[in-house]
Amino acid sequence: MHKLIIAAIMAIALAACSSSPTTAPVEDKSAAVATPDTSGASTSGTSTSGVSGSTTGAQSPLKDPRNILSKRNVYFEYDSFVISEQYKPIVEAHAKYLVANRSAKVTLQGNTDERGSREYNIALGQKRADAVKRMLTLMGVQEIQIETVSFGKEKPRREGHDEASWAENRRVDILYAGE
Amino acid sequence: MKGGMHRSLKFVSALFAAFFLSLAPARAQLTIEIVGGAGAPLPIAIVPFEGEVRYPVSVSGIVGADLARSGLFKLVDAEGVTPRPFRAEEVQSATWRARGADTVVVGTTRPLADGRVEVRYALVDAVKQGTLDSQVFTVTPAQLRVTGHKIADAIYEKLTGDPGVFSTRIAYITKQGARYQLLVADADGNEPQTIVTSNEPLLSPRWAPDGTRIAYVSFESKKPVVYVQNLANGTRAAVANFRGSNSSPAWSPDGRKLAVTLSKDGGSQLFLINADGTDAKRVMTSSSIDTEAYYMPDGRSLLFTSDRGGTPQIYQLNLGSGAVERITFDGSYNVSPRPFPDGKGFAFVRRDGGRFQIATQDFATRQVQVLTSGPLDESPSIAPNGKLILYANEVGGRGTLAATSSDGRIKQRLSASATDVREPAWGPYAKP
Repeated sequence: MHKLIIAAIMAIALAACSSSPTTAPVEDKSAAVATPDTSGASTSGTSTSGVSGSTTGAQSPLKDPRNILSKRNVYFEYDSFVISEQYKPIVEAHAKYLVANRSAKVTLQGNTDERGSREYNIALGQKRADAVKRMLTLMGVQEIQIETVSFGKEKPRREGHDEASWAENRRVDILYAGE
Repeated sequence: MKGGMHRSLKFVSALFAAFFLSLAPARAQLTIEIVGGAGAPLPIAIVPFEGEVRYPVSVSGIVGADLARSGLFKLVDAEGVTPRPFRAEEVQSATWRARGADTVVVGTTRPLADGRVEVRYALVDAVKQGTLDSQVFTVTPAQLRVTGHKIADAIYEKLTGDPGVFSTRIAYITKQGARYQLLVADADGNEPQTIVTSNEPLLSPRWAPDGTRIAYVSFESKKPVVYVQNLANGTRAAVANFRGSNSSPAWSPDGRKLAVTLSKDGGSQLFLINADGTDAKRVMTSSSIDTEAYYMPDGRSLLFTSDRGGTPQIYQLNLGSGAVERITFDGSYNVSPRPFPDGKGFAFVRRDGGRFQIATQDFATRQVQVLTSGPLDESPSIAPNGKLILYANEVGGRGTLAATSSDGRIKQRLSASATDVREPAWGPYAKP
């Protein structure tokens, strides 16, 4: 019985997973470009709408600007992977939501500032995303609800070469499947 | 279930490969200039080849440009010598010695009845007299450019003792607005061809040892995924597309495996996979970042970057015993190791204050030599003869490529107009 439930969750999760690559990161400016959209390469049907529908309705707390769940950015100090006190309430709110909505899934996208090796920065961004994941799972979110990925320094939200731009780019973004 | 998803992604990828990965000529051509040369370049005269004005490509012109660009040669004026020599026996040593040339290059191009061209060349010693090298090539007119590079390779090897790399190719990535392209060009920047276009980042192109395939990382599915693309027909496969991030591909010397960094089991950890994407095996377990693996030329160990000691440093993993040894100690940021082809040392990126610089380190002596001044030098790639290191830097806020000789004496700047250029990768020797 237990195994059956796990299998069912796995099936839903994997089905939802196939739609997650289509989520547009907030800093994505490429959508308007009229070149062949390679991100379409991983679009595989709309059969998951039942799963994601629960999180994208008009009354979704995730989109309500007055709700803390609309806050999706966790910022980090230079060379740090520690979630500062300032951002813990945001992560906690998402943890509660994910525990209450077991079918909801998030992708945590780690980012770094522009300094240093591209590949090493992918690993640094991954470490930041993993730090947010750890806090979510400690609060009861299931591993299967979370995918952590890293953009390293490849998709800066701000292109400047100054501390303000760097601080903005040291960040994990929380994206829900279907967004 | 997972296998099915993987397969369907591969299938869709293949469709897209067929759709837009066709080889296309690219506008962003690199030009290369020497910005610092050897102390005593070798004086060489290159006489225009007999009959070459018939063809759009000047073979002797390519030979001269290649040798001059290396920084190791000084071209001696070959104009106004009458009669102009085309064969070794026609070279008057005294004439060329008077002009300061130690060696003279002469040659002929002769059209054949079948449309092909017979190219003969000779390298003549103007000091000791006598022919140092001579070769005959029978090629199509379209192969004249390659023939020029091959002659330059032969001359370079005869006179420096090291194989030339003029007939090799390089790969690099350009960014124009939100459009990313992976290009392959001749080592002199000519004949650039786009092999991938995407509106999401591309990085870490890595040539297979036989030069037929390139592995790279693409963000086109909104996360890093490792692809291997066949250069002959443009088809490709996602070889590492696991949950989480997939990055930093590096070929084994036999071309059968790739070392990759995967986060599928948590953290950034090193795995080996077959070049077709099957059989991912974790090579080591750590609680820290392990990435940027590169095979040593003997295939027995990997160099990689890890923060296990608190700061990012370069380590060596023995694939047989599993033993790990830290090999950089100087400074708080040493990353991106690339072993030299002779296995005696490696190039890497170090941070000194806020400056990122290209440096080399010798395995035996542990001596570090800093080759560049930064401030944002990254992604070193070593030529197959070990004599030049191509790398990325930034000039005026825009990414450009540069090269330095491995001893730091000769510097080249490679630039393309109005395009951000990054992530250079020097290809292997062309197959004969």
